[in-house]
Amino acid sequence: MKTKLYTVSIYTENNVGLLNRISAIFQRRKINVESINTSISEIEGVSRWSVVVAISEEQIRKIIGQIEKQVEVIKAYYHTDEETIYQESCLLKVKSDLLFEDLQIQNIIKESAARIITVNRNFFVLEKSGRKSEIELLYRELKPFGIMQFVHSGRIAVTKDELKISNLLKAVTA
Amino acid sequence: METQTLSKKSEEVFTETISGSEAIVRCLLEEGVDILYGYPGGAIMPVYDEMYKYQNTLHHVLTRHEQGAIHAAQGYARISGRVGVCIATSGPGATNLITGIADAQIDSTPLVCITGQVGSHLLGSDAFQETDIIGISTPVTKWNHQITKASEIPEVLAKAFFIANTGRPGPVLIDITKDAQFETFDFNYDKCTKVRSYKPVPDTDYETIEKAALLINQAKKPFLVWGQGVLLGEAETQLKEVVEKAGIPSAWTILGASAIPTDHPLNVGMVGMHGNYAPNKLTNECDVLIAVGMRFDDRVTGNLETYAKQAKIIHFEIDPAEIDKNVKTDVAVLGDAKKSLEKLLPLLEVKGYPEWVQQFKQLYAEEYEQVICRDLHPEKEGITMGEVLKEINTQTKGNAAIVSDVGQHQMIACRYANFNVTKSNITSGGLGTMGFALPAAIGAKMAAMDRDVIAIIGDGGYQMTIQELGTVFQQKLPVKIVVLNNEFLGMVRQWQQLFFDKRYASTEMTNPDFVTIAKGYHIAAKRVTERSELADSVKEMMEYQGAYFLEVCVKKEGNVFPMIPTGASVSDIRLK
Repeated sequence: MKTKLYTVSIYTENNVGLLNRISAIFQRRKINVESINTSISEIEGVSRWSVVVAISEEQIRKIIGQIEKQVEVIKAYYHTDEETIYQESCLLKVKSDLLFEDLQIQNIIKESAARIITVNRNFFVLEKSGRKSEIELLYRELKPFGIMQFVHSGRIAVTKDELKISNLLKAVTA
Repeated sequence: METQTLSKKSEEVFTETISGSEAIVRCLLEEGVDILYGYPGGAIMPVYDEMYKYQNTLHHVLTRHEQGAIHAAQGYARISGRVGVCIATSGPGATNLITGIADAQIDSTPLVCITGQVGSHLLGSDAFQETDIIGISTPVTKWNHQITKASEIPEVLAKAFFIANTGRPGPVLIDITKDAQFETFDFNYDKCTKVRSYKPVPDTDYETIEKAALLINQAKKPFLVWGQGVLLGEAETQLKEVVEKAGIPSAWTILGASAIPTDHPLNVGMVGMHGNYAPNKLTNECDVLIAVGMRFDDRVTGNLETYAKQAKIIHFEIDPAEIDKNVKTDVAVLGDAKKSLEKLLPLLEVKGYPEWVQQFKQLYAEEYEQVICRDLHPEKEGITMGEVLKEINTQTKGNAAIVSDVGQHQMIACRYANFNVTKSNITSGGLGTMGFALPAAIGAKMAAMDRDVIAIIGDGGYQMTIQELGTVFQQKLPVKIVVLNNEFLGMVRQWQQLFFDKRYASTEMTNPDFVTIAKGYHIAAKRVTERSELADSVKEMMEYQGAYFLEVCVKKEGNVFPMIPTGASVSDIRLK
C-alpha cells in the first residue's frame, strides 16, 4: 500500500462535538493524524479544517466519503502537497544571553528568516513560519544551544484550484 | 392548562409559554409519534411527568431494560418505515441504549433517542448518573446534539426527526439537561425541511442510468442483488417491474428479504455466508451484477479478491460513501432507488434468459437434495429448526412478520420463512445483536397490530432480553414467541466444530424451564420435544388469542448449510 501525505480540507458548521465526530473517523481506521487545525473560513459562520494524514489514495477517498456523510459537514476535499500552498509555524523559547553573546545564533536567525517576537532579560522567543522542513532545520540548528520550549503548529493550507464552496453553500441554502 | 399563557407574538405566529419537558412531548405529537418506548429515571422525570398528562395521546411503553426499549423502537421502525422513538434517563439509562443505537446505525434504522442529562451546571462534574453520552454515542449515531436551553427544543427535535428519516436513515440521539426540561419558554413548532450542510439524497446523473440500461440490455447473464435500500426507499414495485421486464434472476441480502415475494419465479434466494447455493455460486459467473440498495457487506461478498471479478458492476445507491467502498463499480447510479429504477424501466428491453435461469434452478436442485430436503423433511430423529419454519409457513401462508434474533435460528428463519408482504423480515443484520428479537417483536407488533408477528429466537439470545416478557404481559401484546432450543450457542458451536476441532468452549447452555418462566409472566406456553406434536403446536400457537410462548427442543448439534467459510470466495460455498 503506497502512502502519501494528503491535506484534507473540510468545511463544516461550527458546532460542539464535531471534532469528536471527525477524529473518530480516523481513529476507527487506526489512522494517525499528522496534524489538525480548525479555524474560521472565508465564509461567515463556516469552519475550515486542515487535517494532514499519510495514507493511501484509496483510503483517503473512502475517508472523504465518510467525512462528507456527517450531517454537519458541508464539503470535504483532499489534496497532495503539489496541489496546495501550505504553511506551518513554530515558536522557540531560548535563553537571552545566547542571543547577545553568540554570533552564530544571530546568523541562524537571519538565514532562517525567523522573527524575534519578544526579548527580555531571561529569554527571547522566535517565530518561524514555512514548510515543515524549514522549521525542523531551524530546530536542529538551535538545539545544540539549548531550547527552553518548542511548539510547532499544524499545517494550514489553501488549494491552488478554486474550491466552489460558496456556490455550494448558496445552492443548499437557496 | 393554567400555567400556559397564549400570547400573540406577531400577526401570524401564536406562541405558548410552556416548560421544556412539555415542549418535548408536544414536539413528538407534532411529528406524529403515537408510541414510544422507554424507562424513567432522575434526569428524565420532568418529561415522564408531562407524558403522564398526555397519556391519552402519547402511549409510553415501559420496557424492562433500556436495551429493550431501543430494540422495540427498532422493531417499530423496521416494520412501519416510520421513526422509532425511545427515551431514557442519563448515565446508565443512556449507556444501555448504545447497543441498539449501534445496531440501528449499521442497519440504517430511523430512530430518535431522547436521553435526560444532569443539570447544565453539573456537566463535567462527575455528578450522579452523569455520563458523556454525546461523546459515547458519536461514532454510532447519524447525528446527536445536547440541549441545555428549553428554547432549543423545538428546532433541535424537528431537525432530529428530519435527519433520522431522510436520505439513508439512521439513529439520532438528543440529550436534554434537566434544567432545560424545567425551564419555560415561548413554544412554537415548525417542521424541519432542510439542513444546509446536509444533502439527504444525492443528485442522480441521468447518464449513469442510460449506461446502466445499456449494460443490462447487452448482458448475457445479468444478475441482480437487492438490499434493504429497496425497502427503505419503498421501491419494491419498481424493483419488481425492472426484474420482470428485463427477466433478471434476482437475489437478496438478509435485510432485503421480503421486498419481492419468496415465490416469485425470478427470486433466486439469499446471498451471503448462509445464503442459497445458486446465487452465491453464480455471482462469479454473471456478466453484469446489478446491486440495488445494498452495501457489499463482507458476509455477502466473502473474499473481495474473488468476488464477481468477471462482471461489470452497477451500483444503485443513496449513500455516496458506499460507492467503491468494498467493490469497485463500473457504473454508480447515485440517488433514490425508487426514482432511479423508475427512470431505468423504460430504457430496458423486454428479455428473458431461460438457460441462465436454468443454471439457478439446477443449483437449487442440488441444494434442495443435499440441504433443504434434510432441513425441511428430515427422516432422522431430532426436530430440525427448518421444519419449525416449514410449519410456521403452513400456518401463516407467508403473511406474518418474522422477527429473528442472531445465530443459527436466524439463518434458518431467513432462509426458509416465506414472505408475501414487504418489511416482514426484521432481524439484526449488520451488528448481529443477540437479544434483539423479543423486544423488536414488541415494537413490530405495536406498529402492525393487524398482522401476525412471530419472534424466532435461540435459547442463548432469548436469555439476553428475556425480561421483556414483562413488557409483553403488561402491554397484553399478542406476539408469538418461538424459542428454538438446542441447549447450545449454536452458531459458535458450529464454528467450533468446523474450525476449532470440536472444542466446545463455553457454548453449552444449562437452561432454565422456559415454559415455567413464560407462565410466571402469565403467558400461555408449551414445550415441544417430539416431531409428531410440532404441526399441531404451531397451529395452536397461531390460533391462540394473545401472547404465546412455544419452546421447540431441536436437534442439539445441527449445522447451518450452505456456508461460505470466512475468507473464502462466494463460489467456494459448501453444501456440507
